[in-house]
Amino acid sequence: MSDLETAARPEYLCRIAIDPLSRVEGHGKVTLLTDKDHRIRQARLHIVEFRGFEKFIQGRPYWEVPVVVQRLCGICPVSHHLAAAKAVDQLVGAQALTPTAEKIRRLMHYGQTLQSHAVHFFHLASPDFLFDFDDPVAHRNVGGVMADYPDIARQGVRLRKYGQEVIRVTAGKRIHGTGSVPGGVNKALTLQERNDLLTDLDLMIQWGRGVLKLVKQAYQLNPGYFTHFATIRSNYLSLVRTDGALDLYHGGLRARNERGEILFDHLDYRRYSQVLREQVKPWSYMKFPFINSLGSEQGWYRVGPLARINNCDFIPTPLAEEERQAFMALGDGQPVHMTLAYHWARMIELLHATEAIKELLLDPDIFGEERVVHGEMAREGIGVIEAPRGTLFHHYRIDEDGLIEKANLIVSTTNNNQAMNESIRQVAEHYLDGKELTEPLLNQIEVAVRAYDPCLSCATHALGRMPLIVELVEEKTGTVMDSLARDADGTVRSEMTSPSRSGFA
Amino acid sequence: MKVPGLLILAVGNLSRGDDALGPLLLERLATLREQYDDWQDVDLLTDFQLQIEHAVDLENRALVLFVDASVSCPPPFQFSRVQPVRDTSYTSHALSPAAVLYVYQQINRAPPPPAFQLALRGERFDLGESLSVTAEANLVLALDFVRQLLTRQEAKAWGQLAAFDGQ
Repeated sequence: MSDLETAARPEYLCRIAIDPLSRVEGHGKVTLLTDKDHRIRQARLHIVEFRGFEKFIQGRPYWEVPVVVQRLCGICPVSHHLAAAKAVDQLVGAQALTPTAEKIRRLMHYGQTLQSHAVHFFHLASPDFLFDFDDPVAHRNVGGVMADYPDIARQGVRLRKYGQEVIRVTAGKRIHGTGSVPGGVNKALTLQERNDLLTDLDLMIQWGRGVLKLVKQAYQLNPGYFTHFATIRSNYLSLVRTDGALDLYHGGLRARNERGEILFDHLDYRRYSQVLREQVKPWSYMKFPFINSLGSEQGWYRVGPLARINNCDFIPTPLAEEERQAFMALGDGQPVHMTLAYHWARMIELLHATEAIKELLLDPDIFGEERVVHGEMAREGIGVIEAPRGTLFHHYRIDEDGLIEKANLIVSTTNNNQAMNESIRQVAEHYLDGKELTEPLLNQIEVAVRAYDPCLSCATHALGRMPLIVELVEEKTGTVMDSLARDADGTVRSEMTSPSRSGFA
Repeated sequence: MKVPGLLILAVGNLSRGDDALGPLLLERLATLREQYDDWQDVDLLTDFQLQIEHAVDLENRALVLFVDASVSCPPPFQFSRVQPVRDTSYTSHALSPAAVLYVYQQINRAPPPPAFQLALRGERFDLGESLSVTAEANLVLALDFVRQLLTRQEAKAWGQLAAFDGQ
């Protein structure tokens, strides 16, 4: 763990806040403490909003939960829908779903993965790949991508739309879907729906391969930057299938250490609390999970695409497996630790999602009549899924009336909390330390955070709430020494309140 | 398959207090539509937030109305014309209507359909909250206004009402 987490004498340092982070889902901020020589003394990522998930769910009947949890997040509602449905399956005693139910849910999940990865890469992250840090603010965004790379932008939109269509067909609606119900699903596919989805699928697979070429080209152009930027050595956690394959819907928990050695494997995720703990830190609302046996200092880990590709033994679709092998060669027998490789791993998963969707669409089980099973009711259920951003835990306990008595959710971004903090500290130490901070430099902090694709979102998005404000604050008195604001329309305004940035205590 | 000429696209989260204004307006329109023959060419679509793929929903439309809650518009609501604008907001987890039009323009290499925005003033947006009393009153007024709009589903007629703030 970096020693930039807590500065020794913060009262003598200047504070710089990046608030909110741009092109990150939801509201978060980064604070940096610097001394008079611009040396970085402390760097922290804060999650601004407390989301109150558990309280929101308490008291609701269990059968409502898969639907209502979709309102927790407008970014990945399907992941919450499916994780909750898996937990509720246990409540209704559904030990194993019917083939139709499991395959329809998988289809829904791969549709979600496809659309989420597409929007993140093409819309949020591609400017980081395609433009330099000192590219003008007004250009270094998706608008610039659309202007300079219209074909890439078009493919991103169509891939996203395709994924949404898979969700609509399997969940019944574009949003607030009711597809997954306790013990199964409430609809199968019709032949017409299947044929419609097959129509454009080969093109999606082709685009998936194309974007991987783009990522590899970016790496080859600047391997030193990719190798070192925000890179940290970490443990990794994800689900894997019984045979070690990548599986985004179901499996056992596998954790590897930074050398790639297995820490635990095929662990029944209902026992997650035996291997994972959460640490509370006074400066953050978000908890810091860690692997219990390693302790909080050494046991933090990463989840999401990079963790999944590092953890699995193979990918069960041929094109993505070919890409995985090329990717893993970078690690030379060890995990690939490059933080920017999250984007690469994400696109391997995007390609895998397109291939998996095709396999499922060609499987006759998706037309089946047997869709729901029930068994003996239980009072506790735990559902875990590999959401686009990483491992997502839903844990519920119900009372005798079937009302949610207790809920515990560990979302993907929480799992990556310590890792994101470590990455911004690495960037602060290697790229910002000793320099007068400028917007291009501060943007590097955001590039590091964005690689994880954190979802700090809350599905609230009312018009007129999108400024970026960077403030230089005199720590001792709290006086704002300098302020730079970027408005929703991209205009950057200087709101100087002191003659220079050098008024340190 | 021919798509309806007028798309009303509302965004918001039903479980986030006044963020529900957009979806609730559409729900109420949906319950009313059977009473009006001239609403048959109207498509009602709800989502949590605007994203890039909504540009595809705009294809082959004659007219578009975006509906959303707003923390900054004058109460009870504001109706305005929207033009495509290159989105430089950086927080792209929720595109502005103007940015969606810009995406349309870029991916289709053609101007988007004429589009308007109805912003409904909201006050509170926390998870699990219900609609505020003020927002409910704003919603009633906005619904009446949309019913008026739907009597003349033409960009020219709507353009004459643009910048109307319900006062």
